[in-house]
Amino acid sequence: MTPAKVPHSGTMTGNDAGHGVAVNLVNLRRSYGTIHALDGLTLDIAPGEFVALLGPSGCGKTTALRVLAGLEDADSGRVEVGGKDITSVPTSARDMGMVFQAYSLFPHMTARQNVEFGLRLRHIPSARRAARASQMMDLVELSDHADRYAHQLSGGQQQRVALARALAIEPQVLLLDEPLSALDAKVRVQLRDEIRRIQLEVGTTTVFVTHDQEEALAVADRVGVMRAGNLEQLASPHDLYARPATPFVADFVGLTNRLRATVEGQRANLMGTSVPLLPGSVLRGGALVLIRPESIAVTADPAGRTTVVSASFLGSTGSLYAVTESGENVMAQIDNDTVATFSPGDRVTLVPRPNPALAVAHEAGADTTAPL
Amino acid sequence: MGALLGVLPFFAYTAIFLVIPTLIVVVGAFLDGKNRPTLGNLSALAQPQIVSAFVHSVVLSAVTAVLGAVFGALLAYAVSTASEGGLLRRMMTSLCGVLAQFGGVTLAFAFVATVGSEGFLTLWLKNIGIDLAGSTWLYEPYKGLILVYTYFQIPLMLIVFLPAVEGLRPQWREAAESLGASTWHYWRHVGGPILAPSFIGAMLLLFTNAFSAYATAAALISQGSPIIPLQIGGTLSSEVILGQENIGKAMALGMVAIVAVVMTLYVVLERRTTRWLGR
Amino acid sequence: MAGTVKLRAARRRKQTIFRRLVVALVGLFFALPIVGMVEFTTRAPGGGRTLDTWATLFDLGVINADYPELKTGLQASAGLVVLTVAIMLVMLVPTMTWVRLRLPGMRRLVEFICILPLTIPAIVLVVGLAPVYAWVAYFLGESSLWLAFAYVVLVLPYAYRALDAGLSAIDVKTLAEAARSLGAGWPTVMWRIILPNVRTAVLSASFLSVALVLGEFTIASLFSRDNLQVAINLLGKRDSSIAIAAALAALVLAFIVLFAMSFVGAARGSHRPKEN
Repeated sequence: MTPAKVPHSGTMTGNDAGHGVAVNLVNLRRSYGTIHALDGLTLDIAPGEFVALLGPSGCGKTTALRVLAGLEDADSGRVEVGGKDITSVPTSARDMGMVFQAYSLFPHMTARQNVEFGLRLRHIPSARRAARASQMMDLVELSDHADRYAHQLSGGQQQRVALARALAIEPQVLLLDEPLSALDAKVRVQLRDEIRRIQLEVGTTTVFVTHDQEEALAVADRVGVMRAGNLEQLASPHDLYARPATPFVADFVGLTNRLRATVEGQRANLMGTSVPLLPGSVLRGGALVLIRPESIAVTADPAGRTTVVSASFLGSTGSLYAVTESGENVMAQIDNDTVATFSPGDRVTLVPRPNPALAVAHEAGADTTAPL
Repeated sequence: MGALLGVLPFFAYTAIFLVIPTLIVVVGAFLDGKNRPTLGNLSALAQPQIVSAFVHSVVLSAVTAVLGAVFGALLAYAVSTASEGGLLRRMMTSLCGVLAQFGGVTLAFAFVATVGSEGFLTLWLKNIGIDLAGSTWLYEPYKGLILVYTYFQIPLMLIVFLPAVEGLRPQWREAAESLGASTWHYWRHVGGPILAPSFIGAMLLLFTNAFSAYATAAALISQGSPIIPLQIGGTLSSEVILGQENIGKAMALGMVAIVAVVMTLYVVLERRTTRWLGR
Repeated sequence: MAGTVKLRAARRRKQTIFRRLVVALVGLFFALPIVGMVEFTTRAPGGGRTLDTWATLFDLGVINADYPELKTGLQASAGLVVLTVAIMLVMLVPTMTWVRLRLPGMRRLVEFICILPLTIPAIVLVVGLAPVYAWVAYFLGESSLWLAFAYVVLVLPYAYRALDAGLSAIDVKTLAEAARSLGAGWPTVMWRIILPNVRTAVLSASFLSVALVLGEFTIASLFSRDNLQVAINLLGKRDSSIAIAAALAALVLAFIVLFAMSFVGAARGSHRPKEN
């Protein structure tokens, strides 16, 4: 079923809303007593871009979103949308669509009435309102549930209606505050792909807050990893994964092994192999290399110096847990059809692949364990 | 079958002290002095003083229900904006819990002490030239009773309505705002409609509460029985003409009928509220 | 940035002003009669203030001698409170648990019966109870304590709701089944497994019952029995000052009881297991 195309009707909101506007958060600060929710956060989002804010609870991602929406005041700093400073503009005049984690829909209205709500407030005549609402319901593929109430819809359906409602007013920016966190795993995956599909069609600048790194990597153009009120790294999902800027990012995004190595110039000697290092790594001496499971090749070798602890079948892939002769724990990714060939106690040889990795100083590495 | 034994004590107890008395009233309303079926008791309800007592009761209950509902709702909204678990909320809820239950003699005496003939407010107002229409206004149904009843209606409204106000999710307000709603728009299109069933339901509850009240009026009014509960009380405590005792039961039946209608409406509204507010 | 307009803070301030205004006005309305009672009971014969009435109220010897009806009423109410709460708990807690465990189909019926007293005003109940109490008097005598039987009925709706909330919050079925599989008999399950877990609800139901029993007048008065409110009413005809003082004291006592209850609930709430 081909999704309905959303017509670009600039007359509705009076601005060029069809293809998004730039958003700039400039040096935002917000404190609650001694807690710094935002610590000089600066973020520039291009028109039509989909940015995910990712981080553990308390990192400030939701606060940033709410300051952008006008639901919270910043102590200092600016919020700019489309080049205009809107820091002093009240929420109701900011023209932003928002989807919440829970209780998104007005319980006393049907799905259709929810979607029409923003249009009613803008005094759109009822014929155009109904047409627009139908378009939106088609976009999120819920046209046959249009006359149901919130409590008659599943969690996923409610969020889709909330999305339709937010987009109906052709907002300048679309804000999503952990919209999938309250849903079942399977629904989450389906819905996040839908959200991305719809966003690409409509072209609205979007900010998406989540604590689930897989989700962020799957949907966003760029992901901003946040910690303690500021950005650790803002990059494309690929760069975030393959070229983490800090140990926190390396730990938070994907799985990471920490293995001892000696560093010489831009390379590290890890388990007998020379591995190139990413910028930001330490330059010499003893270090910990942060290396991904899929960057370690495993071969069965009776003379090997690493012992298998267990091998797990994960469906499309497999993982191997082993202990090196120096007592370090390693997790490596293996093909799913080789899982059965490894038993606990077997000897293997591990060889790191030549992908660039991040190296941190031994003590610093020991301290920076990313909170899950 | 053995499982049923476990609930036997409960059913036996409520049968004796709740169901049977109710049946006695309902059935007795249709029996005369010699326990023969009759509609005479019901037709006796048409006597002027009984009709007037019903009218007074209904009007008094309706007026104080509306007054209590409006001011109680305002109070509930105000309290809901206070911090949860904070002192204000705790004290208000406890205070209202007491005042709502404690109608009757205590309140009657309190008002006598305040605006009765010797009350400090009466004396103070006399000093500044306002004479409260003689010393008996407190004891008249529509003036005194309205004031005293409102005093326990407002707290009851807070207790019943506060949970509904607290059930308004902040996300609804925030979503409405992000879609362009001002405070007025929010209350007009979202907050108001969502709270309306609870508000009306609570008002109905207040009506029932006032309608059923006996103690306050009994303590205040020593002559005459202007409202129905007092009329019924009269049939129990004073000398009753032989063959007329069951008129009290007929009046009681009338009360039950009115209250049952109101409570049914209340239950219907409650169902809708539960669906929406997910409580 | 200089001059950042704090919109949210401004709204919160407006809310606070509104709240304080409303609470102050309503508080004033609530306070006036209380003040009236205090004022009335502290009037000295020649003008000015005195605490004589209050001193008398708390002087047990004088109460005993000069105000016997107050003493009788107090004693009766004290007994009624204990008896009502006891009967209510002994009857409701096992029944409600049993229904949840073995007779879920009966739940609606039990709920209906417990909510029924809300539809039957006390004044109506009294009319129907008169013959029943004639039998009670025949078997058990005329003591005011037997009013407890009627009071339990009055208390049913509030107690049921409190206990129902408490039982809903714990998984009664799982707890009971676990205990039974380990060999516990039904009394043990009830006493050592269920009851400790619904402590808050039990306390809540009990406190509500206390408030209601202390405030009850209708049934006691129309059955010509003694209780606190009846005593105060009688006293009022004789010595209004002492009566009003007693009424105020009862009010304050009930307030303290309910205020204390609000803390019990809060403390227990923090023990709820955290979601992973």
